[in-house]
Amino acid sequence: MRTSRVAQGLRYVIAIALALFFLLPLYVIVRNAFSTNANITSAKWNWLPDQVNLTNLTSLLANDSIGIGRAMANSAIMAGLQTLGTVVVSLLAGYALARYDNRVSRALLALTIFTLMVPAATTFVPMFIITAQLGWIDTFRGLVIPGMFSAFATYLFRQFFLDFPTELEDASLIDGCNPWTSFWRIVVPNSRGIIAAVGTIILIGSWNAFLWPTLVGRDATRTVQVALSQFMTSQGVRYPELFMGTLVAVLPMLFVFLFLQRYLVQGLTTSGLR
Amino acid sequence: MSDAAAPAQPPDRRGLWRRIRGTQGRNLWFAAFVAPFFLGLVVFVYVPILWSAVLSFFEARNTVTPTKFVGFGNYAYLLQDRLFLNSLVVFIAFAVFIVPLTYVCSLGLALLLDKITIGRAFFRSVFFIPTAVSYVIAAIIWRFGFFNGARFGLLNSFLRSLGLEQPINWLGGGNNLYWVALVSARLWLQVGFYMILFIAGLNKIPVETYEAAALDGASGWRLLRWITLPQLKATSVAVIMLLLINAFQAFDEFYNMLGSIGQYPPYGRPPLVHLYLIALGGGQQDLGVGGAGTMILTSIIVVFGVAQNWILNRGGKA
Repeated sequence: MRTSRVAQGLRYVIAIALALFFLLPLYVIVRNAFSTNANITSAKWNWLPDQVNLTNLTSLLANDSIGIGRAMANSAIMAGLQTLGTVVVSLLAGYALARYDNRVSRALLALTIFTLMVPAATTFVPMFIITAQLGWIDTFRGLVIPGMFSAFATYLFRQFFLDFPTELEDASLIDGCNPWTSFWRIVVPNSRGIIAAVGTIILIGSWNAFLWPTLVGRDATRTVQVALSQFMTSQGVRYPELFMGTLVAVLPMLFVFLFLQRYLVQGLTTSGLR
Repeated sequence: MSDAAAPAQPPDRRGLWRRIRGTQGRNLWFAAFVAPFFLGLVVFVYVPILWSAVLSFFEARNTVTPTKFVGFGNYAYLLQDRLFLNSLVVFIAFAVFIVPLTYVCSLGLALLLDKITIGRAFFRSVFFIPTAVSYVIAAIIWRFGFFNGARFGLLNSFLRSLGLEQPINWLGGGNNLYWVALVSARLWLQVGFYMILFIAGLNKIPVETYEAAALDGASGWRLLRWITLPQLKATSVAVIMLLLINAFQAFDEFYNMLGSIGQYPPYGRPPLVHLYLIALGGGQQDLGVGGAGTMILTSIIVVFGVAQNWILNRGGKA
């Protein structure tokens, strides 16, 4: 196939221009997080802050109306527990749905796929009522447990296990394992890639969740997204603190993402969304 | 153990237990593996759906155990409610913008990166990174950084450098310019994710197909039109379905970018935000009407889903 040099050069120009556009929002966070208020609201646009100092960080930490430290800890606890719970529950179910082929299994698979089509809007009012009836409002149980049953995660795991060779498991069963021990000793250690991929998706989704934490995480369990949202809409918002808070809230997920991206891409491409 | 006790049992009961257990207890193991997930699914997905459906037929203000049956009263109320109908229009307008735009942009990025050899991983990471950013954070950047109505907003600074002296009030101006902010924010957040799905789809197309077509003299647009797009049909169906569902779920950025900015209407408010304010957010706590609204939304999604499946499977043309 003939690829002209001009066309290829043009592709790079477009790719670089688009990449700069895609990085612009992240740049705006950093620029504003380290600028003074006068810096940000100056009529003249300056690409760099006047001086880099950490006063915005200290005033953010001292600002009780945001409560960033507590909110970050809450988000970490919620996202960590939810990821762990979702991965374990979905891993077990996805494995069983791939391995056991019977009428019940096929019916359960259909039930799972059906929930992929149902919008969250359909469930959020009654889910809130159920959570409230259980007395779980403003608790970590309320934040974590209702969101732990992900049809998406179960479906991705099932697709992965369909292509997972059965020989190792069969050998371990002959060696005296039961399905439970064989699952944890043989299957799980050999599925680290897909576990990392699905775990990353769940972790990022959980950390970034807004609607459910707004309803359930009231005071003691206010997450960082809710805290930022409330600060953003409060009277007399201070830009440097708001953007420093944004930076603090986004950094953990950027690190997670950069470290686990490889698995994420692999998981999405091999397990194939159909 | 049960085998030792078995002879004492009537044979048909033993047979039933055998059938429940399956050979080597396979059925029991299956149950143990799937039970946590399906219990949770029933309690936190299926019961809520049914409950929503039941609530939708009752007058349920501030109560979860309603007694007054109103038939389709809540539905009739909502379908005459100007604000709810408006929110449906907002959703459809939003979906009409965002679904095709995200589809074209993510496919375009995937095709672009497919041809690029140097720094492919770098570019892929850059476009994929926004996946890690929340809608709340994007709303902060868009509202206070880019589309700030004051002189110092990035866009207004840029326009001033082009000679436009008067700053534009992007989000609060009562014009429809807030759509630019809403659509571009969502585009930035989700294009990279779908790009990855398209890259996966592109990698599955056998090279021989292209080689054969190239031998026949096809190139450029004709390859895209007759080889690439048809081969990406399965990916396209999944992507469009996900995009549609996500567009219906729109909440975070509408709520955070426009929620405290002005009256509704004229400002956009998708059905989810509207129902949230009716059922849980505002003072009225009208769970019956909220339930009816979610049922209406669900049926609209099902209709859209069935329609897009039907169209894509009928024509064979994506």
